[in-house]
Order: sequence, then structure tokens, then C-alpha cells
Amino acid sequence: MLNNITFGQYFPADSFVHKMDARFKLLMTFALIVFAFVAFNFASLGLVAVFTVFVLLLTKIPLKMYFRTLKTIFIFILISAVLNIFYVTDGTLLFSYGIIRIYTGGILRAVFVAVRIVLLILISAVLTYTTTPTSLTDAIESLLKPLSKIGIDTHTFAMMMTIALRFIPTLIEETDKIMSAQKARGADMENGGLIKKIKSVIPILIPLLVSSIRRAKELADAMECRCYHGGKGRTRLKVLKAGRRDVVATISVCVLLTGIILLNIFI
Amino acid sequence: MQPFIEVKDLSFSYSLSEQEKIPVLSHFDLTIEKGSFVAILGHNGSGKSTLAKLFNGLQLPDSGQVLIDGKDTADEKNILDIRKNVGLVFQNPDNQIVATIVEEDVAFGPENLGFPQAELRRRVDEALKAVDMYDYRKHEPHRLSGGQKQRVAIAGVIAMEPECIVFDEPTAMLDPKGRQEVMNIILKLNRQLQKTVVLITHYMDEAAQAQRVVVMDNGKIIADDTPHAVFAQVELLKSVGLDVPQPTELIYQLKKAGIAFDKDVLTDEECLEALSRKFSEDEHCQ
Repeated sequence: MLNNITFGQYFPADSFVHKMDARFKLLMTFALIVFAFVAFNFASLGLVAVFTVFVLLLTKIPLKMYFRTLKTIFIFILISAVLNIFYVTDGTLLFSYGIIRIYTGGILRAVFVAVRIVLLILISAVLTYTTTPTSLTDAIESLLKPLSKIGIDTHTFAMMMTIALRFIPTLIEETDKIMSAQKARGADMENGGLIKKIKSVIPILIPLLVSSIRRAKELADAMECRCYHGGKGRTRLKVLKAGRRDVVATISVCVLLTGIILLNIFI
Repeated sequence: MQPFIEVKDLSFSYSLSEQEKIPVLSHFDLTIEKGSFVAILGHNGSGKSTLAKLFNGLQLPDSGQVLIDGKDTADEKNILDIRKNVGLVFQNPDNQIVATIVEEDVAFGPENLGFPQAELRRRVDEALKAVDMYDYRKHEPHRLSGGQKQRVAIAGVIAMEPECIVFDEPTAMLDPKGRQEVMNIILKLNRQLQKTVVLITHYMDEAAQAQRVVVMDNGKIIADDTPHAVFAQVELLKSVGLDVPQPTELIYQLKKAGIAFDKDVLTDEECLEALSRKFSEDEHCQ
């Protein structure tokens, strides 16, 4: 049950997007997310959509991987879209029953919102699918570096993130095991109301917490054995390096921004 | 032979509170020679895991000394140098792997030591080849088998290029196949790469492969000799709740039943030889 979480996982492939500097990828993901919000009409949103689809194809990752991510939050997209149908009262009245009135404007708005959410998810999926968690953390560490000048320990923060990412699959596996163990002892986790369900989580959480603390202690020992003494004097096997493809990507994103602004103004 | 690890009159106890202390080791002496392969046997709570942590300054003695290549572990200045030279591999591979990609994890130790990138690359590649995991360098550790994960953890220690590697029950959580893989690496490290190896274990067949076996009970050494000599003392080992390797056990039981054997056996081959000699003797008599 817990094994089929795909969001936030890396898919190795040899593509333009995979080879980009993680820092640029991270910044551009933010830029694209902002663009999806500032695109006011169908024309400019369509431009963002075309660009996103182009990037998806560039990643060489099977499109069904992206569909799988969309499927998991399909309900969320649906609810946000449907809510918009009822709130917009522009255009011609299509349907009315009691207080429910649906206008053409509402339908258009719903489609617009759905497309926007789908784009947001696809854009962030591109980042997590094409970037290893380690280079993502390295990128964050590198982008936060200026903060270390005002006394914030960015190395420790990045190390914490790396370890968290490393232990997510381990802890998921462990949760699965504890759940099976508790079920084998007759714990009932499926039935009952909300309160009962929440209560049934406690016998899973406590062993998980205890074992996490034990793991943390052992990991700290293992790290010390391997001469870990903070970020001072530490070198890295992989150093992030910006190349020509990052310049190309930055220019295309700038062109995209110009396009969005023009379409927003003139259409 | 030159001593590498010297433990001199060491005492160590865990403190539960200000007053209450649990003694683990008292007036303990042990010397491990450079390039040797020593197995440390003992029951749970015999103090053998604590000893491993004392070898590289993860724990410090209450009194007495631990010297690594002549350097005292209690001296803060020496600590990085000692940890670089005495690598420690623990029981659970999951709790030793820091990074999300195999090669990045192997690089962790040398990265901490501040080597330049080209040197990091060389060390990582060599370490992964030494444990036969080079083809998995881009993999995610959590998708590997237990034996493979433990080999990655060992590579992480090899990459620091230590003089000595201490294994604290490295096969306790592995299946038979994983155990065999890890044992092969340990033997290779000692025999081909001339590393000093200390193997803490409670598997008799693993200890039998060492050059020297130290048996601990209640924080004291009760036997310290070659595997043949140690496992000949079947009664002593049983009295502290340890077993002997299966071939030794078989001959021991036969002896007890009144069949005379001239020497003790340790391996399957020796056992087979002793038994077939016995059978041919019997045929001659008839």
C-alpha cells in the first residue's frame, strides 16, 4: 500500500533536463510556477502549457509517469474546478435548478483552473523526476549560501534534508512492517469512525518513533566513524556546474515570460 | 609483528545515573598486530561491541588507554587521524548509509577528510570495485539487498583507506547469501589488501576463518589463541553459552561417545578427513 508513492522520486534518464544544473532547474521551476499564476487568459496559459509539454517531452521520461502523478490528486483538481463553476456568473445561463446556476463563464473558469493546477503539478514533477534528491539538496544549500554570512548554518540544514530524504523509504518500509505486526496481533485499522481510526494510529506511531530515535543514534555513530565533523573543510564528489544548456534554458524561460506578458496585454 | 591496536589496563562502565554505574570492561588488556585477522567472540553483553567503539574513540575509557598506532584515542587532536585509520562497520547497513545514491554515500568519508575531487573519484571507484558493487554506483541504496547494502557500507569505510577495519557483527541481519558475500569481502580485505581486520561476531564458522580468536565473557578475555586451540576447549566455550563450529561439535560428541580421535577439527574438510581415516582404520581391524 505504501510502496506506490511515486511523487518526489527520481527517474534516471539521459536528457537535456537531467543534465541541467540543479540550481537553475530549481529557480526555473519557481519561475514557471509563478508564470502559471500570472497567465490571465487562455492564450497565455496555453503558451505555458505548450512550453511545459515541450519540457515533459525533453525529459525522455515516459508520459505515463506524469499521468500517474496527476491521477493521485485527480480528486483535488476536480473539486477545485467544480467549485469555480458555481462562483462565476459571467456569460450566458446554461442550467438552473433552485439556487444552482451554471453559466458558460463558470465552465470556462473551471477549465482554466484545472489546466493551471495540472500545469503546476507537471512543472514540479519535472523537477523531482529529473533531479536526484542529493543534487536538489546541494542546489538548495548553494542557493542559501548567502545566508551563512548572517550566521545561519546552511550546511547543517542541507545535511538534515539529505538524511530526511535518505530515510523516507526506510521509514515507509518500517511503517509497513509495524502495521503488519500490529494487524497480526489483531489491531483493527480499517473499521470504525474517525476517532477510532486516529486511535489505531498510535500503536504504529510509538514503535516508529522509538526505532527512529535508535536509528538516529546509530547513524550519528556511523557518521562520526567516517570522520564527519560538520561542513568545515568538507569537499564534494559532485560539484554543481552551470553550462551552456543552463544558459539556453534561461533564455527560453525569458522568451516565455515575454510571450506571456504580451499575450496578457494584447488578448 | 608490530602492534597496531594496544588496549592497556582499560576500564569502562556505562552510567545509568550519578551513582549507578554498570561496569562493562575492567582492567582489560589486548594487543592486535598490524595485518592480522582477529575474531572477537562473546555473548550479548560480554562487552565486545563496546570494545569496538573504544577502538576509534567513539567511547573513551574511564581509566587506562587505547593506543592506535601509538596514538592515544583520549587525545582530541588525534581523533580524526584515528577514525581515518580505524574504520568501523556496524550491524545494520540501513543505519550507516547517509546519502541517497550509492557512490555519493561511499564518497561521504573521504569528503569529510577534504580530498580534492579527482582523489574522491579514484577512492570511490576503487572502494566500489573492491566490494564488487561498481555496477551499482548510481543506484539508490534502499533498493539493494541486505548483503549489497552492507557491502556499500563497507566500501564507505574502505574509501577512507584505513589501516584497520573493525566489523561489529556485520552479518547479524543478513540472509545466508548476504552473509557469504560479506564474509568473502572481509577475507579479501585481510588477505589481498593487507588490512588489519577485527571481526566481532557470534557466528562460530566466521570466527574459525580468522588467524586468532579472542573469547570474551563478562568484560574479560577467557581464551585467546588460534581457532584450532580455542575451539578445542569445547567445555569452556559451552560454559559461557557459546557454541563451537559444527564439525568440531560432531567430533566432540563422537569422542564423548568413546570413539578416539587424535586431533581436533575445525573445517568441513578436516572433519571429513578425520572421519574417513577412522573408517579405514576400522576396516583394517576387521
